[in-house]
Amino acid sequence: MTLFILTVVLLALTVLGYRLGRGRALAVVEGHPRQLHSLPSYHGYWVALWCGLPALAVISAWLAFEPALLHALVLAALPAELQALSDERLALVYNEVRNVARHGHPASSAAVAEAARHYASLRQILFISVATGALALAVAGLAHARARITVSLRTRNRVETIIRVFLIAASLVAILTTVGIVLSLLFESIRFFQAVSIWEFLFGTSWSPQMAIRSDQVGSSGAFGAVPLFAGTLLIAGIAMIVAVPLGLLSAVYMSEYAAPKFRAIAKPLLEVLAGIPTVVYGFFAALTVAPFLRDAGSAIGLSVASESALAAGLVMGIMIIPFVSSLADDVITAVPQSLREGSYGLGATKSETITQVVLPAALPGIVGGVLLAASRAIGETMIVVMAAGLAANLTANPLEAVTTVTTQIVTLLVGDQEFDSPKTLAAFALGLVLFTVTLALNVVALSIVNRYREKYD
Amino acid sequence: MTHLPSRLAKVSARDVNVHYGEKHALKHVDLDIRANEVTALIGPSGCGKSTFLRCINRMNDQIENAHVSGALTLDGQDIYDKGIDVVQLRARVGMVFQKPNPFPKSIFDNVAYGPRIHGLARDQAELDEIVMTSLEKAGLLTEVRDRLDEPGTGLSGGQQQRLCIARAIAVSPELILMDEPCSALDPIATAKVEELIDELRENYTIVIVTHSMQQAARVSQRTAFFHLGELVEVADTEQIFTNPQHPLTQGYITGRFG
Repeated sequence: MTLFILTVVLLALTVLGYRLGRGRALAVVEGHPRQLHSLPSYHGYWVALWCGLPALAVISAWLAFEPALLHALVLAALPAELQALSDERLALVYNEVRNVARHGHPASSAAVAEAARHYASLRQILFISVATGALALAVAGLAHARARITVSLRTRNRVETIIRVFLIAASLVAILTTVGIVLSLLFESIRFFQAVSIWEFLFGTSWSPQMAIRSDQVGSSGAFGAVPLFAGTLLIAGIAMIVAVPLGLLSAVYMSEYAAPKFRAIAKPLLEVLAGIPTVVYGFFAALTVAPFLRDAGSAIGLSVASESALAAGLVMGIMIIPFVSSLADDVITAVPQSLREGSYGLGATKSETITQVVLPAALPGIVGGVLLAASRAIGETMIVVMAAGLAANLTANPLEAVTTVTTQIVTLLVGDQEFDSPKTLAAFALGLVLFTVTLALNVVALSIVNRYREKYD
Repeated sequence: MTHLPSRLAKVSARDVNVHYGEKHALKHVDLDIRANEVTALIGPSGCGKSTFLRCINRMNDQIENAHVSGALTLDGQDIYDKGIDVVQLRARVGMVFQKPNPFPKSIFDNVAYGPRIHGLARDQAELDEIVMTSLEKAGLLTEVRDRLDEPGTGLSGGQQQRLCIARAIAVSPELILMDEPCSALDPIATAKVEELIDELRENYTIVIVTHSMQQAARVSQRTAFFHLGELVEVADTEQIFTNPQHPLTQGYITGRFG
């Protein structure tokens, strides 16, 4: 609450800084803003930034370091017998101190109550000093910047620089997050590969990720050959592509070349709704509707179909990624210049001749790009396969059997209580790394193809 | 305005009107296009000359809410008759567009496109023959003989436009429509295409829309001047440029508007 008030006061000061800076700039030139190097508002922004940024930095630093600082100071002041406790016990005590001080919980001992009082007063002192410091800095910055305003001060350039820094920082957040994710995948995978060889992981054909709790346990040795998972993933993604590519492409051709504008205006968003359905809904559709239907249909004609078959998951996943194919294909087909179509019509070609021989070849790079993006989506898709594809790591090319996929196994490996030093858990990271590498490669290839295509017709 | 006896007219238009939705783009046009001549359609932008051109091969069918009325005949046959097959009509009436639009195929396949869809060649040798003659007639053969399998889009602008002309010729049309074929070309490429048009006149009837009056004067035998959707004057090119009858024509060719 007090932090909120501090922020509001700071914001008010910043606004005041803007007005003072602007007023000062106008006063310097006696109301002739054209003489200024920068517009009065830039002087205003500049003063506001001088006022707000240093104070903001102080407050951020305080928010970042307060817990550690309080922790150290409070622990140092604890009675000796408490300090002698083991680290885990000490952490519990400190936790209690915090709860007593911040939430008014009853203290279990006089020492804790005393420490809580100490904690609260320290916190109070820290906050007051930080708040005073921040406000003083804000006022000082405001005064300093305002005093420096002259006719020739290049505040526009400085403000623009600061804006650029902000923008760079914003994009860095996304990039650094990606880098962080990749690194964490990489480090955990390296730990995994210390226990299981890369060779066995990438080329082993047996997947049975269990680790013995006791060394004399039955089935104590796990097998981490991921080939059945890769095969299952490819099988399901392949079935999905077999469904999605023709359906998506044909509907894209219809939408872009044949459909009347009115129909297109209604049908295209409807088709794209498919992409908006939560995958978990597709998942139970696959598991509860499609899979039983396939099993019954199979048994009716004498085929044995597993109740969790690759076919069911693949079919439903194919439906799910139709919009990825059709939407991108539609875009690139529409982007094929009308002059090419007219050239073909002008030679007496029919509509379908024009589409198959001129429009589709011209749009092909974009279509391939869209298909690859859809494939990467299919490979990374999780929920449908978790619900519909099963867990049995069969190495089979038969779509009627149950298979499992990389994503399903990652989910199973990480759900529930896990020790993070067992290969069983770490295997999830290695699988994640493989998955990430494959989808990243697909995306890069797809985007470069799409981009090369775009350059051609601009 | 005098009309020729219809046996000389390759294309004959009587009271042709075109509406784009509410807009009356072409108004009561009567025009005869003579065989084995180059007829130039000139006039300021938006005057309807391209619209008229696109009526002749029914390219306006592609445009939504375009409506054509009146009588338009090719060799005395109504172009807009229900019994007319647009595909066959367009095989007889070739078209070259403002911007060169080679297909994303090899040079050979670009030219072979028309013969293939119309089944003009019985075997590969015959197809080769058609492609070679067409490229030859378009004056492109010497330049591309060694790279027939390279993409047509890799040629220069002028070469692309001559490739498009070769592509049109390959179907053996009787009439070739050209919609500002040189507006995207440099002067040297333009000169080559104009030279080509002059040669093609021997075997084909050509209608060319152009913004350049010099070009109309150089390549055409007849010139038709359009203004605001109406055909103002049509006469021998020499007469149009030396002794225009209508004040609007005179104003346009002397550069007072346009």
